[in-house]
Amino acid sequence: MDLFLSALDILMRWDVALALLTGSVGGVLIGAIPGVGPAVAIAILLPATFSMDPIVGLTVLLGIYGSSMYGGSIPAILINTPGTAVNALTTYDGYPMTARGEPRRALSLAYSASFFGGIFSVICLILFAPVLAKIAPMFGSREIFLAALLGIILVVVAHRGQALMAGALAAFGIFLQTIGMEPVKYSQRYTFDAPFLQGGINLIVVVLGLFALSQAFVLLTTEDEKIRTTRLSGGSLFQGLRELARHPRVASVSAGFGVIMGMIPGVGEFTAQFMSYTYAQRSSKRPEDFGRGSSEGLIAAETANNAVPAAAMVPLLALGIPGEALTAMMLSVFYVHNVVPGPGLFQNDMDFVVALYLALLILNVLVLVFLLFATKSLIKVVKIPNRFLGVCILTLSFVGVYSLRNSATDCVLAAVFGVLGYILKRLSLPAVPIILGMVLGGIMEVKLRAGMARVKTPLDMIDRPVSFILFLIIVLVLVIHIRRVWLDRRELKEAEWQSKHRSTSFGRLLLRRKSSFVMERGKLQRARRLKWYRRLTDLF
Amino acid sequence: MATERERRFAGPRRGQLVFALGFVVLSLLLLVQIGDQTIWAAKAEFFAQPRFWPAVGLGGMVAMGALHLYRLPWRRFTVNDRVELRRWAAVLEYALWFMAYVLLVPVLGYLPVTLVFVPLLSWRMGYRSRFMMITSIVFAVAVVVLFKSFLGVKIPGGAIYEYLPGALRSFFILNL
Repeated sequence: MDLFLSALDILMRWDVALALLTGSVGGVLIGAIPGVGPAVAIAILLPATFSMDPIVGLTVLLGIYGSSMYGGSIPAILINTPGTAVNALTTYDGYPMTARGEPRRALSLAYSASFFGGIFSVICLILFAPVLAKIAPMFGSREIFLAALLGIILVVVAHRGQALMAGALAAFGIFLQTIGMEPVKYSQRYTFDAPFLQGGINLIVVVLGLFALSQAFVLLTTEDEKIRTTRLSGGSLFQGLRELARHPRVASVSAGFGVIMGMIPGVGEFTAQFMSYTYAQRSSKRPEDFGRGSSEGLIAAETANNAVPAAAMVPLLALGIPGEALTAMMLSVFYVHNVVPGPGLFQNDMDFVVALYLALLILNVLVLVFLLFATKSLIKVVKIPNRFLGVCILTLSFVGVYSLRNSATDCVLAAVFGVLGYILKRLSLPAVPIILGMVLGGIMEVKLRAGMARVKTPLDMIDRPVSFILFLIIVLVLVIHIRRVWLDRRELKEAEWQSKHRSTSFGRLLLRRKSSFVMERGKLQRARRLKWYRRLTDLF
Repeated sequence: MATERERRFAGPRRGQLVFALGFVVLSLLLLVQIGDQTIWAAKAEFFAQPRFWPAVGLGGMVAMGALHLYRLPWRRFTVNDRVELRRWAAVLEYALWFMAYVLLVPVLGYLPVTLVFVPLLSWRMGYRSRFMMITSIVFAVAVVVLFKSFLGVKIPGGAIYEYLPGALRSFFILNL
């Protein structure tokens, strides 16, 4: 109870209240505009939060992170375009509801499901916090190194069909963080004697380039779409809560998936949604309705994605390991304020951790109230033309990059990463592994050095229970991935064989060539003999 | 007709070969310089060597990039690749707009440059109606007021502000 009260005390400030309000309203607005995701907004606002208190800055960013998915469901339901990437599954059942004249019901259900997911995960984590506080101190350098390694491996293998390139990009991130002065022997690494590289490449510059500038470039080079919004009709915005209460099993299981998947680095919303949706469809009495405006499908998708943000804070706060790009950006806010997330934070500043969770709880309430009353006006932001949005993001990106160090070189680097991010987007390749490679690569370098200093042989790295479990998980993940690649390869071979008309066996090829040759020669011989035979017969 | 391997590839064909090839070549060029660009410290553990992590990063880039290149279902450049390259190059125009904005702010000041930059780029993008011009000007003013005046982000005042009279000069440097 004392902990709860001291956490409340941290939040009882006008600037925190303002941050909560700004974060929640801003997040909903940003989520509702297709083309601007929370990553863009967080990347731009990051340097602005450096001058704020850690709790204020983090509340704004958490607000944007937590509420953008609420906003993202609006265009997903009304115009079949997800506001944020994680709302893609919402279009499956949300838009068919709009098409049959029930947009208000669909929106209401999405808000209620998101609210349930958000609240469920925060309550789970508040209850789980004391356990985490006990587990976190068991993580020393070796364990954090192995957890970071596991995070990178999970991020790479999560990109099915692109794991090799995701791995190469994660390695690129690891390489990027090594550029500059190295802190132990004070030697230069890959600076090419250029003064601007001696301080290293700033993570925020890379983040702004890969997320904000690249998105601006994408928007500036695309045509504006003609958007026709639907009039809000069909039910009340408050009926969703009642309807949600009729599906407690789907809602709680989906939220559970969201919490578990959110806590595992590199997995996140998409897997949580996929698992929840599949579960909801399999356990439904009307599975044929899924994809055609099923309320259970909508609940599963929205509950799962909104349960993730709070859970994603667990590896960040408990171990200092971000599981995805957004939490990686938040890590830099901690570092700027000299708050080092990790086991120490749970031991010494538990009230700060609980305050963050309470902020998320309040935020969900604020967002729900805001949406229930302001949806009608919010629909208008969907209509902002793409290229104008690109101009706005380009202008705002300047604030983000230039305010860091007032360095034009940073801006050049951000522009370079912006072009790289644009190319990656055009090729449908992921940019997240680069960011996580940079963050986790830095953590791995420090922790491996510290960990190896205390062990005699490499095997001593896994002689403690937590490190051994982490090692086993890494091996398991790799084995599962290799098996999946092998199965995919076998399936591909089978498909290729089925569509092939002839064998590719070299022996058979030679045999065919031989028989064809023999056949050709036979024809020639027969023709020649026939010619001589005719000549002979002509004599007589 | 597309083969089974091509159909199963995640992502479009255009530009994949160019990117993969460029990535591997760049990684290899960086890797061959590892001897010059990093040191091997005497009396330091293997894992604590300054060269260890750049080697891990570049090794991973080369190995996985090369494998990705090898596994690509295409071996030839097509017209689509050339078109895609031109598309990538077209983005450089906006990168230059951004850099011009960056370089002009310290000279002419944040507010004046933003007031010109946003409407000008909007004009370039084809928004020429009075409504869009006014919207872009309002947006420009709002951004400067929000970030520089309210949130106090560190953006230096323009060199041109030095020519303003006393109190106005410090007001402009601090807020606009």
